[in-house]
Amino acid sequence: MSIRLEKPFQALTPENIEPIQGQLGVYQLADAKGEVFYIGYAGGRSLFGLNGELKREMEEQGDGTQFRCEVNMQYISRYEELLMLHKFDFGELPERVLSEYPYKIGVLSPGN
Amino acid sequence: MDYQLTEEQQMLVDMVRRFVRTEICPLEDNLDPDAGEIDPEDSERLKEMTKKMGLYGLGIPPEFGGPDVDVTTQTLLSFEMAQHRAGLYNPCYNVFGGAGLAQLYEATDMQKEKYLYPVLRGEKTSFFGLTEPSGGSDPGRAIQTRGVQDGDDWILNGAKIFISGADHADFGILFARTSEDKTRNGVTCFLVDTDMPGFHVRRVVHTLRSTKYATEIQIENLRVPKENILGELNKGFAIANDRLSRYRIPYAAGCIGVAMKAQEMAIDYVKIRETFGGLLASRQAIQWMIVDNEIDIRTSRHVCLEAAGRADRGDDFRTEAAMAKLLGSEAGGRVVDRVMQIHGGYGMTKDLPLERWYREMRIRRIGEGPSEVQRLVMARNLIGGSFH
Repeated sequence: MSIRLEKPFQALTPENIEPIQGQLGVYQLADAKGEVFYIGYAGGRSLFGLNGELKREMEEQGDGTQFRCEVNMQYISRYEELLMLHKFDFGELPERVLSEYPYKIGVLSPGN
Repeated sequence: MDYQLTEEQQMLVDMVRRFVRTEICPLEDNLDPDAGEIDPEDSERLKEMTKKMGLYGLGIPPEFGGPDVDVTTQTLLSFEMAQHRAGLYNPCYNVFGGAGLAQLYEATDMQKEKYLYPVLRGEKTSFFGLTEPSGGSDPGRAIQTRGVQDGDDWILNGAKIFISGADHADFGILFARTSEDKTRNGVTCFLVDTDMPGFHVRRVVHTLRSTKYATEIQIENLRVPKENILGELNKGFAIANDRLSRYRIPYAAGCIGVAMKAQEMAIDYVKIRETFGGLLASRQAIQWMIVDNEIDIRTSRHVCLEAAGRADRGDDFRTEAAMAKLLGSEAGGRVVDRVMQIHGGYGMTKDLPLERWYREMRIRRIGEGPSEVQRLVMARNLIGGSFH
């Protein structure tokens, strides 16, 4: 099993968000080219879980934004794992994550 | 045996209790229910407070700059520090400071300069690399990580699993087999910097606990100078056994502290919650759960303080520490489970800390030696060492 989120991105539209339920989990946002620009999670204080977080993102993001998500009860450790993987793959965290995440990030070298 | 607190102990307990309730719990109201950290600015502010309280660095021996607080008092304070949502694994978000790895106090002067003192100053963090995919409860025999001498260096190869904090650490201690002896007598303890070529944190190991995950480490041709051997060659298990036994006491105390807080929540709740025209407090089924909780808490607390008292007096406390760890972790699990039952549906939600404690408490029966190994330790001490 890959530790990266590898399912295809979908357009961040009401139709694509509608089937997603209010569960805990993690998500990524990408631009039209598929480059990830944000990693977030729906945690214990998220109203309506992933569904609610993605609806909020849809209202804040521009056209062309894509998303993919994963239902996961261990959303904090999965979120931090995705941050570490992003840093391993791209050398730095997305700018918006840097502004929200004040903690030291771990170092992962997962190989190929 | 009298466990009446001294005036000073009572004052310290009251001070820490007030600190937890007025400084820590309000911060948690704004954090995710599974959060493992507070804002760094809050952390620094609270550390200044604990330094002014004279309690920063509890667990650090006084000769290394820690406050001169005996094990019994530390245990009483550990009961209090755990009484918040993240308190089981992250009591007070570490604003009372940490003691670092017990083995480092046995290090050489050079090793202390490079590793121990930076940890005590809060400049470096570390990990403890013992458990391997081949087993953790009997690491002396299970260790397959190999160390082979090459001139003045040692070349290490192998894998470790369930290692906390390796991805954030500056260094760690790593156990490797360095002789053909298949028992713990062939194992050596090495100090390893995480930026050494050949050190890899390959993955996060997700568990019941959403925060503070474990990791899996791979070691590939990691070259370690012989100066980084901690203790003696092939005697990696001989160092700091006394300190490791001592760590079972605060580990148990954390479980008991959470159980105490859960019990307090239950007693508050049964006095306001009505069913079938009467308060829960009037129902015998509920009363018995409260009583069973109290029995669990008092018995485990008693043994935990007995272990602490023996440690303070310089008596052998290995049996009592193992018993405290076993009782504390198992009693804590039962108490939290009953308190969830008393709270009904709300007990299952992330609105209350109970579900987090329930998940994390389950791990406590495994971590730091499972209940079965604690029994083995006690049996070895009670019967003698040659019957296992």
